[in-house]
Order: sequence, then C-alpha cells, then structure tokens
Amino acid sequence: MSVAVRVIPCLDVHAGRVVKGVNFTDLRDAGDPVELAAAYGAAGADEVTFLDISASFEGRETTREVVAQTAGTVFIPLTVGGGVTSAADVDALLRAGADKAAINTGAIHRPEVIAEITRRFGNQVLVLSVDARRDPAQPSGFGVTTHGGRKDAGLDAVEWARRGVELGVGEVLLNSMDADGTTAGFDLEMIRAVRSQVEVPLIASGGAGTAAHFVEAVEAGADAVLAASVFHYGTLSITEVKDALAAAGHPVRRGF
Amino acid sequence: MSTPEVVLLDYGSGNLHSAERALQATGARVEVTTDPDRARSAPGLVVPGVGAFAACMEGLRRIGGDEVVRERRDAGLPTLGICVGAQILFEAGIEHGVRTEGCGIWPGVVEQVRATRLPHMGWNTVQADPRSRLFARVEDERFYFVHSYGVRDVERLRREGAVVTTAEHQGDVFVAGIEQGPVAATQFHPEKSGRAGAALLANWVGSLGSAG
Repeated sequence: MSVAVRVIPCLDVHAGRVVKGVNFTDLRDAGDPVELAAAYGAAGADEVTFLDISASFEGRETTREVVAQTAGTVFIPLTVGGGVTSAADVDALLRAGADKAAINTGAIHRPEVIAEITRRFGNQVLVLSVDARRDPAQPSGFGVTTHGGRKDAGLDAVEWARRGVELGVGEVLLNSMDADGTTAGFDLEMIRAVRSQVEVPLIASGGAGTAAHFVEAVEAGADAVLAASVFHYGTLSITEVKDALAAAGHPVRRGF
Repeated sequence: MSTPEVVLLDYGSGNLHSAERALQATGARVEVTTDPDRARSAPGLVVPGVGAFAACMEGLRRIGGDEVVRERRDAGLPTLGICVGAQILFEAGIEHGVRTEGCGIWPGVVEQVRATRLPHMGWNTVQADPRSRLFARVEDERFYFVHSYGVRDVERLRREGAVVTTAEHQGDVFVAGIEQGPVAATQFHPEKSGRAGAALLANWVGSLGSAG
C-alpha cells in the first residue's frame, strides 16, 4: 500500500458553530469551524469532516456557508455529513465546496437514493456513514443504529455496509457507538468484520484515546482514521498519530 | 510582470470553487466561464471535471470545449486538465464496457485501474519525470487522488514524446501527470493537495506566457 493512511479530524457543527468540546491552543475562537478546519489543515490533517447536527433548514444553510468559507482557504478534501437525503442535498453541498457527502439515516430510509446520487456525481462522492454497535441479534454480531446509537435500525451492520457498496457508495465510515467517547480504543472486531466484506476505502471512527489505537485500527483494515475529542482537547496531535503510524510501518503524508 | 490570466471552464462538471480559489492563491487572475470564445483566447485554460468520463465529455462537447482544447494546442496556448478533465484529453474512455471518444490530445484509453481497493482515494506519491516543469520542487510530495479510472499505457505516451509522471496503486501504474507542448494534465486534484498542490499550480501559472 502506498497511499498514505488518512488522519481525519471530525467537527460536529450546529448552526455554524462547533459544538463538541474544543480546547485547541492558539485559537481566538475555538468554536469557529472555519478557523478550526484551517488549524487542522495547517497541523497536517489529510481531510476534514464536518458533521452537521443542525435540525433546521437555516442551520443547514449556515453549515453550507461554513463549508464554502473553509473550501476557499483550506486546500484539502472536505467531507460533510448530516441530513443528506437526496441528490439535491449532495448537489448543494458540492456547490458549496464539499468534495464528499456522507449519508446515514437518509440511505437507511431509502437505499435507492445511493444509486441516484452516485449515478449523477460518481461513487467517489458518497460516503456511507454507519453508526453500529454490538448486537447479538444480528448475524454478524453488529447492528446499525440511528439517533446517535439510541435507536435500533433493524439492520446487520456488516451486511448494510456491503449492500451500500453494491448500491454505489465509494467509501464507508464505520463508527462504533459502543466505543464512541470511551477513549478505550476502536472496535477492532467490527473493523475486521466490515473489511472482510467491502473493498472500498474504510474509515474507522469511535474510541480513539491513544496514538497506538490508531495503529490498531489500521492493522485491523482501516484505510483512514477519524476522531474528534482527542484532537479537539489536544490529547493527541495529528503529528503524534502520524508518528505512531509511521513507526509501525504505515505510509503517512508529511511536511505539508 | 503582468498578472497571469487563467480561465476556468465551467461546462457543468462539478464544483469549481476550490480550483478557482487555489488558482487565485498563486496570484493569477481567474475567470470562470461557460463561453467557449473566452476559453479559446485565454492565456491559460483550466479544464476541471468530476464524475463519469461520458457525462463530462458530453458536457464539454455541448459547449464546443473539445474543439477549443484542440485549437489551443495547435495555437500553442497552455491548457491544464484536472482529474476527469485530464482523462477526457485522451483518445477515449471505457466505463462499464462502453467506449466514449475523448478530445484526442494524447493517445491512450482511460480504463479501470487494476486494483481491488477502488476508488484510489487519498494522498499518494508520484514518480516524477525529471524533465517535468509541473513537478519542479514538489517531486517528492504526496498529492490527493480520487478516481477509479486512469491511463495505463505509459510507455506509448513516452514514445510519442510526452513527459509522463506516474503513480502506483496496489502494483498498477498509471498516469499521474502529463505534459506535452502547451498541454498539461494531472489525474490528482492539485487544488485539494495542500501546499504541494499549490506549488504545482504556481509552477503551471508561472509558465503562462512562456510556453508554446
């Protein structure tokens, strides 16, 4: 593998502000997503993901403005998720300057939207975001959840990821709802289970606490690693994660 | 020295915002246009493109962009293709078994990259041709790729006199950058490749007026 492992900070945005706790040094305003994305870009992030948790139309419009401002100053790929339910939603995000859109509940409710989006914009534009947790009732042992892990979607997570790829998504973002926020490490079994069923790039999310955790996720089969809190609170820098990955023999992007 | 002028061709293929801002950051004056006449005479023309080869080619043909690209080549005026905007400069593209004619600037067919992990997505290294002007001082950097198709017959392009920079993914080698006379192209997105991409764009903008 010669493509670098992508290290991706994730910003939860609500009505134009970053809402998950942020304690980032040298920032006048730690809640400004444009400023934070620029800081992460300068710190070596390979991509930035905005997760729009606005419930209102106005909130979404504001997020698109954030994306537009960021895309004008930060020249790395931007992914935006949250509330995507149609090709028109993806079109609006791409026009604002996003490179990729992440779809979650919208695809669970209406799987055919995946093909509608990817036929128009190509499969590289769509990321299937899967919020999964351990569920003995599902054949793989992992089930899909919605509403931040509170509701059971009644789908097998591994099978859903496989089906999403079949329908056209170009990438899978696998978020462990059990591991999320624990800082106890990624759910490696879940990563391995999904990796064994899909060949598209896989982004692992949920549970990062140490630099070694990122290495484990990559060795379980992730092409990219995503985290929020450890980066926002300054527990780990992008460089520290890349140093650990490089020390374990994985290619990383340096310098810029 | 006067400010270099670049026209970014809008033929309905995706978002031009990042490319526009990244080119502006090199100091160029950038105009986004759907007008083939503006594209025909501009000191520098950038042809972007995302999505499917066939859809992009159709969009380009609709505004006569394919003719514009060939006329510019013959007139010695610099053109830069990016991603699918690079692919459509070749002879043809084959997607799902269907062949679509390209602009025919270079020989070679755009076909699926022979790798299992597709799309080829992320920051990859390149093997820069030592004669490359585009990759000067950034030959050892990584660039952001996102594609499943590419041109794999590198040797043929070299025999025809093109300066070819390659990338490799899971053992398959394909064109990452190509330069010949006034026409240049990159499979990756320089406008999304951080400072390395900005330096590459600055190399291209810096060459405007001296090429051809």
